Amino acid sequence: MKRQLPLLIVLVVGIFAAAAFLIPHPIVRSVDEVFRNDVLRIIAAFSLVLGVGSILRHHFIKIKRKAAHWPFSYITIVALFISAIIGLLGGIDPNRPGILPTQVGGFSFHIQTLFSNIMVPLAATMFALLAFFMASAAYRAFRARNFEATLLLAAAFILMLGAVPLTRIVIPPLPDFAEWILAVPNTAAKRGIGFGVSLGIFATSLKILLGIERGWLGGGGS
Amino acid sequence: MNIANPLTPEGIWVWVAAILTMAVFSFLYRENPFYRFAEHLFVGIANGYAITFYWHRILVPYLFSPVSQGQKLYLIPIAMIGALYFTRFIPKVSWLVRFPIAIALGYGAGASIPRSVDATIIQQLKATIVTRASFADWQQGVWAVIILLGVICTISYFFFSSERKGLLKPISYVGVVFIMVGFGASFGYTVMARISLFIGRLQFLLGDWLGLIR
Repeated sequence: MKRQLPLLIVLVVGIFAAAAFLIPHPIVRSVDEVFRNDVLRIIAAFSLVLGVGSILRHHFIKIKRKAAHWPFSYITIVALFISAIIGLLGGIDPNRPGILPTQVGGFSFHIQTLFSNIMVPLAATMFALLAFFMASAAYRAFRARNFEATLLLAAAFILMLGAVPLTRIVIPPLPDFAEWILAVPNTAAKRGIGFGVSLGIFATSLKILLGIERGWLGGGGS
Repeated sequence: MNIANPLTPEGIWVWVAAILTMAVFSFLYRENPFYRFAEHLFVGIANGYAITFYWHRILVPYLFSPVSQGQKLYLIPIAMIGALYFTRFIPKVSWLVRFPIAIALGYGAGASIPRSVDATIIQQLKATIVTRASFADWQQGVWAVIILLGVICTISYFFFSSERKGLLKPISYVGVVFIMVGFGASFGYTVMARISLFIGRLQFLLGDWLGLIR
């Protein structure tokens, strides 16, 4: 019951999902549509519980054990609760306010305001930060030690230069060459790798459906 | 110089965004409390926003609204299965979490089999095969031949069923050349994407916040 039933559900649902793609019958298609649009969407929404629950548990344990940098865990917990309350009670659409007023005078603290002024700048800056670390990591990892590494560096360098508007004035053919690298050798390599990836997805999916891959069952209850 | 006024409703948020941007950039010097504050704040707000999004954009319109109007009543047991995710945190019944996972995983695995074969094998093979039509423009025809050779060589590099000797050795080496150029192109593109984000942040700091540029 604890292991066999979930494995059976995976098999049955998986066979239906695969068959629905291959059988163009209207009934099969409409059941598949209900499955994708209603069932999976709702189950996926509930799966957020796992993520949020794990984060909260991690930070509560950190505070309880007074682990390294534990005071910062309060920031995550407080920010999570405040933004969730503002969002749940204040609504997600600024034009359709919820039961919680999210504007005091001209000052708005609507969830979309928090999104635009806290999440977007933080996410953009974190990714921007990666430019520096990628550059230094690349220098260490790909120093032109042999012909292959030189090729990688040259392709990356040409691509980067090709994306700079000034290059079209200084070295006119370079942006077109960069485009060619993307369209021809890059496509060939990506397609070759893609075939392997696709076969890997096929094999892994089959292993999950047939119950050979059972890592997702986790521990607890056999 | 026209610094954003922190006493106006819009100005406060510009200052908040600017201070948080600086806090994240401070990591370039070394890990410090300002960066850690910004990092933890980001995780908290991102999760709060995700809760809001799933509630208002999925659970309310696709579950609560139709069910409260007496429509799609079959969603009630589905919601109950979804709610089994909560059991993950109750050790005695934590195994019940396997049921919603089984449905999502089973559908994902089953749906990906024909779709991945169709999209990344059949359609890509169709695009790779060189036909007479490929030479309608001779230059495009040459590029199509190079792509075909590149794909064959790249695949041969991942052929591990026999020792790399004879004809396989030079072919797989050409595959390495294609792979390296492909990785280099991806790497260059990713770095440029990050740099454009960096430029965006600088424009915000120097323009919206400090008013030094327009």
